[in-house]
Amino acid sequence: MALLEVQNLVLSFAGLEVIRELGFSVEQGTIASLIGPNGAGKTSVFNCLTGFYRPDSGRIHFNDHSILRLKPHKITQAGMARTFQNLRLFKSMTVLENVMSGMHCRTSTGVLGSIFHTPSQQREEELIRRVSEECLAFVGLLDKKDRHAGNLPYGDQRRVEWARALATKPKLLLLDEPAAGLNHDEKQELIELILHIRKELGITILLIEHDMGLVMKVSEKITVIDYGKKIAEGTAVEVQSNPKVIEAYLGSEDEEDLL
Amino acid sequence: MSPSADTSVVTDGINWLQHQRNRMIVLMVMAAVAMVIPLVANNYMLEVLTNAWFYTILCLGLNIVVGYAGLLDLGYAAFFAVGAYTTGILTSQFGINFWLTIPAAVLCSMLAGIIIGGPTLRLRSDYLAIVTLGFGEIVRIIARNLEITGGASGLIGIDRPSFFGIELSQGIHFYYVFLLLAIFACFVSYRLQNSRLGRAWQYVREDEDAAEAMGINRVGVKLYAYVIGAMFGGVAGSFFAVKMTAISPETFTFAQSVLILLGVVLGGMGKIPGVIVGAFALVLFPEIFRGLGSMRMLIFAIVMLIIMLYRPEGIWPRKQS
Repeated sequence: MALLEVQNLVLSFAGLEVIRELGFSVEQGTIASLIGPNGAGKTSVFNCLTGFYRPDSGRIHFNDHSILRLKPHKITQAGMARTFQNLRLFKSMTVLENVMSGMHCRTSTGVLGSIFHTPSQQREEELIRRVSEECLAFVGLLDKKDRHAGNLPYGDQRRVEWARALATKPKLLLLDEPAAGLNHDEKQELIELILHIRKELGITILLIEHDMGLVMKVSEKITVIDYGKKIAEGTAVEVQSNPKVIEAYLGSEDEEDLL
Repeated sequence: MSPSADTSVVTDGINWLQHQRNRMIVLMVMAAVAMVIPLVANNYMLEVLTNAWFYTILCLGLNIVVGYAGLLDLGYAAFFAVGAYTTGILTSQFGINFWLTIPAAVLCSMLAGIIIGGPTLRLRSDYLAIVTLGFGEIVRIIARNLEITGGASGLIGIDRPSFFGIELSQGIHFYYVFLLLAIFACFVSYRLQNSRLGRAWQYVREDEDAAEAMGINRVGVKLYAYVIGAMFGGVAGSFFAVKMTAISPETFTFAQSVLILLGVVLGGMGKIPGVIVGAFALVLFPEIFRGLGSMRMLIFAIVMLIIMLYRPEGIWPRKQS
């Protein structure tokens, strides 16, 4: 049974169909990718999966449960975490505080516990801090934990987002264009990090990416969409030689990336 | 002294305050001063200071809503009114002991917080501000028109409470009551600010969608802020009713809500010492410049404009990293 299963997904804005009858699945323990030319509807798919958009119809099953009508915070609680295409950090807070946000859905102290500092509250605060520091150490940012997130260089800010997503203890991690804006060396590090997350933490990964080189290197299964429809599916080699994929990309801005 | 020496004294002072222990010393000294002031103050000063502590509680309550959770609330006086009327009605018309009316006032203001917050907290800031403004006016107009609330003339003859046999009737009694309440309000605010819930408010204030993606129930934590803020207002209102022994709907106008909001914004949203400074500025300024007669409100307004223009983040300095 696949960890994530999407069937006949339809999403439209004011009559314009953005996603049409899309179906794909992500197996437990794999690294899967969703690719397509600009405006193909990739981020919309992510927003449907994470509850930010409400699809018109279709089925989304995660971990054997339907998450179609759940609120975003419930979906995160169910074990699906995401990063954003354009960074969405809590900029005026420290790096550690940013990552601590991920542990919110795994803890439960209420108002009275906070006011009276009950033993369970103190244990929980300790746990939140420890897990957050572990996540920061994992992405290699522990030495910068007390810096303000907004003051970090771009590459580091991306890592904070990753650590924050990891702190929610996800089963499935959705990465929205993780390589955007990174230089060549940073991309190499990113590839290692993605593989490392699966190997060490056993987290399944689904990524959206423009950078074909990166997608080809890390993912076992690639789903190609265009105009909200699936046009191809398979391994990197299978997808690369598919005439439909070449056609979809040909003449687009991403032509160079394919070569 | 040269200007450069002057600035170094200021930075030294700020650095010194960064240490937890030094902060505690300052706090202790200030608490001690606040405790002994009534022994040297005259009745007028005592009344003004009591009022300042009273506004400190209200401003700290609103600070949870506006400063921590980032929700603009233009009808905060409504919660203050709910607390005051609950105590007023229960003591004067049902003869219930004042101390027993406090839990009732807390419950009623919480309920009011849920009623207004529940359906409206899905709205984004500007719309929420309008709705809260309307809610504030609705509460005042209801109080004006119901028989149980005494209509336009309000409730009079609310009994003074007694505390272990001592009737709380003199200025000095209420000074200590409001001082203790203000200290308690500071404590609760401080603990909440540095808690899981306090962080959640900050996440939601900074970026609602990212907070939601991190598994934070955005509407839920906002409702918490609203209800806790309402409780502060309710308790303050309860004590206000017995201090004044009379309440009328005209105490809880839109201008009152704006005044409380002003204290929060002036001092510095989300910063406890700032909010206290704001509340004191609000009360003390018009009193200190009483000699200027009606001109003083004009000068007050100009001073506020200047502060907001040059220190938009409030009087209290930003935390340094």
